[in-house]
Amino acid sequence: MSLRQIELEVLRYDPEQDDEPRFQKYSVPCQEEWVVLDALNYVKDNLDGSLSYRWSCHMAVCGSCGMMIDGEPTLSCKAFLRDYGSKIRVEPLANFPIERDLVVVLDDFMSKLKRVKPYLIPKQHKPIADGEYRQTPRQLKLYKQYTLCINCTLCYAACPQFALIPDFIGPAALALAHRYNLDSRDGGRAERQEEVASHEGIWECSFVGACSEVCPKSVDPAGAIQQMKIASTVDWYLERLMPWRNK
Amino acid sequence: METIQTDVVIIGAGGAGLRAAIALAEADPGLRIALVSKVYPMRSHTCAAEGGAAGVVKPDDSLEQHFNDTVGGGDWLTDQDAVELFINEAPKELVQLEHWGCPWSREDNGSVAVRPFGGMKIKRTWFAADKTGFHLLHTLFQTSLRFDNIQRFDEYFTTDLLVADGRVQGCTAIEMRSGMMHQFQAKAVIICSGGASRMFPFTTNGSIKTGDGTALAYRAGAPVKDMEFVQYHPTGLPGTGILLTEGCRGEGGVLRNKDGYRYLQDYGMGPETPIGEPVLKTMELGPRDRLSQAFWHEQKKGKTIETQWGDCVYLDLTHLGEARIKERLPFVHDLAKSYLGVDMITDMVPIRPVVHYMMGGIHTDINGAAGLPGLFAAGECACVSINGANRLGSNSLTELLVFGRRAAESAVAYINGGDKTVDAGAANDRAEASRARITALFQKSGGGETTSGIRREMTESMESGAGIYRDEESLKATCGKIAELRRRYNDIELHDKSNVFNTDLFQILELGSMLDLAETVAASALARQESRGSHQRLDFTERDDSRFLKHSMAHYQGEGPPRIDYLDVTITKSPPGVRDYSGDHK
Ligand SMILES: Cc1cc2nc3c(=O)[nH]c(=O)nc-3n(C[C@H](O)[C@H](O)[C@H](O)COP(=O)(O)OP(=O)(O)OC[C@H]3O[C@@H](n4cnc5c(N)ncnc54)[C@H](O)[C@@H]3O)c2cc1C
Ligand code: SF4
Repeated sequence: MSLRQIELEVLRYDPEQDDEPRFQKYSVPCQEEWVVLDALNYVKDNLDGSLSYRWSCHMAVCGSCGMMIDGEPTLSCKAFLRDYGSKIRVEPLANFPIERDLVVVLDDFMSKLKRVKPYLIPKQHKPIADGEYRQTPRQLKLYKQYTLCINCTLCYAACPQFALIPDFIGPAALALAHRYNLDSRDGGRAERQEEVASHEGIWECSFVGACSEVCPKSVDPAGAIQQMKIASTVDWYLERLMPWRNK
Repeated sequence: METIQTDVVIIGAGGAGLRAAIALAEADPGLRIALVSKVYPMRSHTCAAEGGAAGVVKPDDSLEQHFNDTVGGGDWLTDQDAVELFINEAPKELVQLEHWGCPWSREDNGSVAVRPFGGMKIKRTWFAADKTGFHLLHTLFQTSLRFDNIQRFDEYFTTDLLVADGRVQGCTAIEMRSGMMHQFQAKAVIICSGGASRMFPFTTNGSIKTGDGTALAYRAGAPVKDMEFVQYHPTGLPGTGILLTEGCRGEGGVLRNKDGYRYLQDYGMGPETPIGEPVLKTMELGPRDRLSQAFWHEQKKGKTIETQWGDCVYLDLTHLGEARIKERLPFVHDLAKSYLGVDMITDMVPIRPVVHYMMGGIHTDINGAAGLPGLFAAGECACVSINGANRLGSNSLTELLVFGRRAAESAVAYINGGDKTVDAGAANDRAEASRARITALFQKSGGGETTSGIRREMTESMESGAGIYRDEESLKATCGKIAELRRRYNDIELHDKSNVFNTDLFQILELGSMLDLAETVAASALARQESRGSHQRLDFTERDDSRFLKHSMAHYQGEGPPRIDYLDVTITKSPPGVRDYSGDHK
């Protein structure tokens, strides 16, 4: 096992003590195959028990450990030291208020998730006794990618639009709305449109695509938003130009 | 102290807790439900489950077969009334989840697909690629957002149950962002706080799985059951302990020792089956306890490969081909590649047994009622006894659903069955005592012990003394060690005095939970002088039905070790028999 000395420069902020955030340096003996989260855990266990951050699964699926690592929104459990130099800067996710150290406030994100009605609104009701809805692999594939979001909020930290306009519903929540809209079992698109097609919804997106670039699960929220814009435009034309279609 | 008046508190918002919350909300839209969790619901460890959820749906399957597989898989320590109920309700729950939008993998005709799993004689495991738990959790969480009477308390750390007049009447929890203690006064409490495998050093479990809820029920006087049964999963990635799902073997993966030999045939699971044609309940599709034990023997024979992270054998999937691996096992393909640098499409993956699941937990009856009035439990923290001495893979996710709902329904029946008014004064006294305990931690200085130090000693002692194979000497050593650590625990000093997101504090509390439960594991294992399922004694190598066809019950005794007594196993139709995983079984 080869060891490597890494210097972590970690943003610290305790609202009870600090007027403003500061950086603290830790020199950490790391193993070659470690990720940044392992290095933070080393600090916590051996150097400084007061360092606060969220983590749980260590396998890139719980979505807890997103941070800015050398300025990029990244899951710290998937940030391999081999991909970084000997100095690594770790900060809380950008565009969110800091709760403490690397922990950010997620209230706003949680309420946005709820707003887009991210649950199945069935096209037709079916009793449990009648078994499952049929859905072919092809129908599944249509929306599958958008089910993979782990709510890590890296995309919000990367989104220039969210940085400017905090009311923007944002990439992950919109992609989730799209996921249900595309599901062959769902009939709730019209209900979701109220939020999705509002001025805080898809039209706020300027299609920079930064969200899709940082997404650790290849959800491609930018693609989802783009598709929703096209669908909403089609809606608009159908309503205005062919009103008889809605009768 | 802020007081939240509610009807039911659920501690834990993983698969079991969310299922319970939805069932409560559906049962009565007027019910006030408080869902308390130390992490946001979608961070709960249910998200890590990969392989699938078992339930009989296909015409070639039958409830009776699922019953037999589960009872035999559990080495007859399962309660058969609980198993029967479980398998009957399993398919309905899985369909319900489908109706809520779960993206189950499908057959070409649009029906749900099933895959083979270890110890199951028929293919009956529903799956959503290799992220079943993730999809199950997110489907439940998103569905729960429909209900306005589910009030969530995300990032609230539960510290104690409020017990007054012999009834559970709520709990206390610290709001993590402010450090403020809150009391929840309620007519009933449902604990859904997950497993406790972090008491071992090498585990598939996330950092949050420290058994807090089980420990607080235990301390409040509810017995914990069958704690000595700890499941090692045979295929963990060395170093990190990341799981490679049993689905890998379900899809046809095989295990090889350092000579490339498929060694399972030497341990009663042969004869060797042809590559690419897995046979159910044979060889690689044997149960987890047997496979992990076979590893131990290969290691003793010097047939394992040495790696920097300890001895390993190989999981070989190379014959499956890229297309199948990418369709059915995309997540573990990525995990092995990222964390170990091995591409399973072209290379064999080194793996080793890893602590995965606690069969034991808070004792409940088949309705989820625990040993104190007003207290209910479901999910991995509970032991309703469908898993017995060895859980079959893919029964657990289904268990969360079936018993999450049942616990909720019995909590409703309990509330409606007579006056359950909270004794506010008594509850408040208990809550103040709980707060005082935390305040004392903040005020104490000196002591010299550290959380990480004691945690390391605990995990090492559990692995060396209460691991895959145990004996009297090793277990006595571990019992002694844990007792010592419980004493030294009082000398841990809290260094971080902030009220805001104080993980130093929460880690101390989590360690306290693990130590209490570790002691029940070791003590129950020492008392059980037989080998059964995952509990293997080198000094008592046979199953002994005359003495131990019984559940171990551990009762909290304060600073001393637990008192252990026994409860009869419920046998309805399957008398104890031989577990046969050889290719000759019919
Ligand atoms: C890697 C892995 C793969 C698995 N694969 C499968 C599989 O394929 N099939 C299968 O059937 N089973 C599988 N299992 C087992 C199964 O996933 C778990 O047993 C199950 O998900 C546990 O769910 P739960 O709801 O009981 O607990 P969890 O999902 O762990 O949730 C526990 C909840 O309790 C809360 N909590 C805990 N302590 C406190 C506290 N002090 N205060 C407040 N809240 C608290 C947590 O915040 C969390 O919300 C797997 C397990 C692992 C680890
Ligand atoms: S879309 Fe991707 S980056 Fe955004 S929250 Fe989901 S998983 Fe994370």
